[in-house]
Amino acid sequence: MELVSQHVKGIMEECKLRAMDHGLTFDDETLEYIVTNRDMIELSPKVMIPTLYDYWVHDVRVLSGKGMYEAYPSNPFETVINTRPAISFYNDNNPDWLNVMIFYHVLGHIDFFQNNLFYKNTWDIDLTGQALSDKRMIAKLRSEKGRWVDYAIEFARGIDNLVGYHRELNLNILNESKQPLNRTDFYFDIFLQKIKNVSHNDYLKEITRYNEGLHNNGDFFNLVVNKYPEFEELYRKELLIKRKTELDIMEYIILNSAFLKEDENEWIKAVLQIVRNTSLYFQPQIRTKIMNEGWASYWHDYLFMRDDRICGHEVDYAKVNAAVTSMPKVGLNPYALGMRLFQHIKDMEDRGCYSFDYELLKDEVEKKKFNKAKDSGSDYILKVRENFNDFTFINSFIDQEFVTAHNLFVAGKRFNNERMSIEYYIKSKKAEDYKEMLVDTLYHPPEIFVDLSLTKNGVLYLNHKFESKPLKTDYIENTMIGIEYLWGGPVHLETSEPATSGKTAAAYANFWDPSSRQTEEKKPEPVKWKRMLYIMENRKLHKREL
Amino acid sequence: MITLDELLEKDRRREEDGFKRKIRIGRIVKPGTGGKEKIIIVPTTVEEKFVHDEIRLEQEPGEGEPTGGTGEGEEGEVIGEQPVRPQEGEEGEEGAGEGPGQGEGGEHELESNAYELGKVLSQDFQLPNLKDKGKKRTLARYIYDLTDKNRGVGQILDKKATLKRIIETNITLGNIPDISNIDSTKFIISPQDLIYRILSREKDFESQALVFFLRDYSGSMSGKVTQTVVSQHVMLYSWLLYQYEKQVETRFILHDTEAKEVSDFYKYYSYKVAGGTKVATAFKLVNDIVERENLARDYNIYVFHGTDGDDWDKDGKQTIAEIEKMLTYVSRIGISIVEHSYVGSKQTEVENYLKSSGILTKHSNLIKMDVLDENADDSRIIQGIKQLIS
Repeated sequence: MELVSQHVKGIMEECKLRAMDHGLTFDDETLEYIVTNRDMIELSPKVMIPTLYDYWVHDVRVLSGKGMYEAYPSNPFETVINTRPAISFYNDNNPDWLNVMIFYHVLGHIDFFQNNLFYKNTWDIDLTGQALSDKRMIAKLRSEKGRWVDYAIEFARGIDNLVGYHRELNLNILNESKQPLNRTDFYFDIFLQKIKNVSHNDYLKEITRYNEGLHNNGDFFNLVVNKYPEFEELYRKELLIKRKTELDIMEYIILNSAFLKEDENEWIKAVLQIVRNTSLYFQPQIRTKIMNEGWASYWHDYLFMRDDRICGHEVDYAKVNAAVTSMPKVGLNPYALGMRLFQHIKDMEDRGCYSFDYELLKDEVEKKKFNKAKDSGSDYILKVRENFNDFTFINSFIDQEFVTAHNLFVAGKRFNNERMSIEYYIKSKKAEDYKEMLVDTLYHPPEIFVDLSLTKNGVLYLNHKFESKPLKTDYIENTMIGIEYLWGGPVHLETSEPATSGKTAAAYANFWDPSSRQTEEKKPEPVKWKRMLYIMENRKLHKREL
Repeated sequence: MITLDELLEKDRRREEDGFKRKIRIGRIVKPGTGGKEKIIIVPTTVEEKFVHDEIRLEQEPGEGEPTGGTGEGEEGEVIGEQPVRPQEGEEGEEGAGEGPGQGEGGEHELESNAYELGKVLSQDFQLPNLKDKGKKRTLARYIYDLTDKNRGVGQILDKKATLKRIIETNITLGNIPDISNIDSTKFIISPQDLIYRILSREKDFESQALVFFLRDYSGSMSGKVTQTVVSQHVMLYSWLLYQYEKQVETRFILHDTEAKEVSDFYKYYSYKVAGGTKVATAFKLVNDIVERENLARDYNIYVFHGTDGDDWDKDGKQTIAEIEKMLTYVSRIGISIVEHSYVGSKQTEVENYLKSSGILTKHSNLIKMDVLDENADDSRIIQGIKQLIS
């Protein structure tokens, strides 16, 4: 691993200037390293952070990565990590013109890391430094505690997808705004709804009264205080209460586990904290894959096409670009999809389509011709990259215009009995269906929290919020063994399971064997759910229906 | 960098600490033409967490998971198809049955414990009923042992032999005047008198074996059942490879309502789900091949069959007839029935007719059956293998 040559660094600096001219913003300092494919294989299990703590799972991944490379060699162009300064890794055999394109792509990533608000909590951390001190800490613990450190890491990682990422982010943003709760918000959000539990009707009446008060400058709270003499006192109290925060499972265990409170187990808290922080750090990246790749691809295309260094390499570029950003006939490519969506948003905004005038149009031809020449698209997409994540991005901007313009569809797959083949067919060309299919592919860990009312007598009670999705049952046992270890007592998990799964499977078997039973052409019944309780005690798992 | 053996050693220690093992040995098989696949052994592991299961509950039967797509066409239009019964000779056509664009990139990693298994169980596993059938193709197994002796240099000093030698030398030199009163301190010792044992390669000739792997790939086999059958056969196959250094001959047969032979193990395990089920066809094909190529004369023949127990031939008349025929020449038939979890305590058709026909008890030395659940874990599968070849 070595820094790029001065010549290549020069190309990068040139790219930075041009990218900044077009509105991208990022720190001046960046580090570029040349790495071999072998280095890449060794780095990728550590999420490309060279200083991440050692753990045997990483070693397993490295060994299998090497095997994979032996069978199917590949040559990644670049990898960027979200650090200050931003670090990026390259292969060493690229010609200059290709480096220009790759650098634009990388700058797109860096701009995204440093401006998208979902990364806010990562902005003030020097990750490589932090990771290095964590790594030393873990190494030191390992020399004292031996393989028990690995168990602690394993069990901590078993729940590191349940970290309260959104809550941490929310806290950070709230702290920054530092606005104390004002009287109106308290009255409507807390006092009426939570303290007085007034009826819906009364609530709406109060709102109307408040709105009228705004027009004729009447004192709204006069009447309130008359009606509820205790209001002012309660408001003052509310301001004094620090906002109580809900803890995620990892925090709860760190603070409350009887096992971890024992002196000889204190060190496990440090391990939990390290694993939790590392997980929190990577949360925004998992949640902005399509946007991040799309944004980088959008800019490498936009900037390189306007760069004189493309001269003589137009065809080469077309080939490389097509390999990265073409839409597959069947399947998904986040680079391609994100890039096209950004282009689409810019075009729509340039024409002023995000407006009532446009939405009200019924005529397709009128819609196509619609152009208010706002030309505000460039600023608009900069705002989008600042304020959206994959879900909101897809949910807000995938519209029928986009799906139609790019001939997108949901591809279905079914078995054809007569032809003995698997058919791929166009299932739907509706934007809503396409959106749903995309949203289904996004990262979405289950929402599991500590149920404080049922956590007593040494039992940790976890509740899995029902979202029409069961947990993967194969993984429950080992995960719960880990939690039991960290908690130092029995762990209960409440979750939902489909109650009718057997039936659909039986119907499936009939489908293939028409000779025996009559084929039932009925649709499978809608899934019924039952609430289950998993109980982990002394490393034994039981379950029962609730 | 940590090595595979160190990782496995670490994993073994987990058991002492009261936790389950986590590392499995997988292999990446890079398909090549004509059975020349490249097999790379790699460790794999899963980090268990609470995650959503990816099953789709509302899906209609016969329908796969939807994905994205681009191109011309109307709703409902078929844009491509993929035959489920792959055509022989169409290399590169088969895929993994998952369709293109799934980002698989040819990642055919099967988890199997095979290598470990081969190492650990090599003493326990012995092909049963091996008979000497001539030396048409020598099956050599090499053993390394400290059997040969060498004077002067070697790995281990053979004290007894050396002492004998020294006494012999001293007698010839007349250095031992009185046999009843030997003074060993007066011995003259030549370097050539030291006798060592050295490591040598021993060749072990055995009769040649031919193994048929039969697998049901009918529609009902989709999902875990196939995984279980395949992983059992993978273990058997890799154990054979490990033990006999690729000298066991293997043939692979897939069947639904008709049977076909495929050329290599890669095709055998990767082909997926086709139509109905007629178990008899597979056994018939084996009988035909054996007869046509006159294999029974030169080989010890083993047949392993994996199925979910469904058969359109309800009472198994044809199947039993074919098996009876097979029993006249075969050294062992091993049938694994992997039950769908919805079967419950009911017996599957194949299990039923095998039991009622009485073959299992009449020829208990030649045919074995193992019934396991589709959720069987590795240790259960290994236990099954032991049962099949016991």
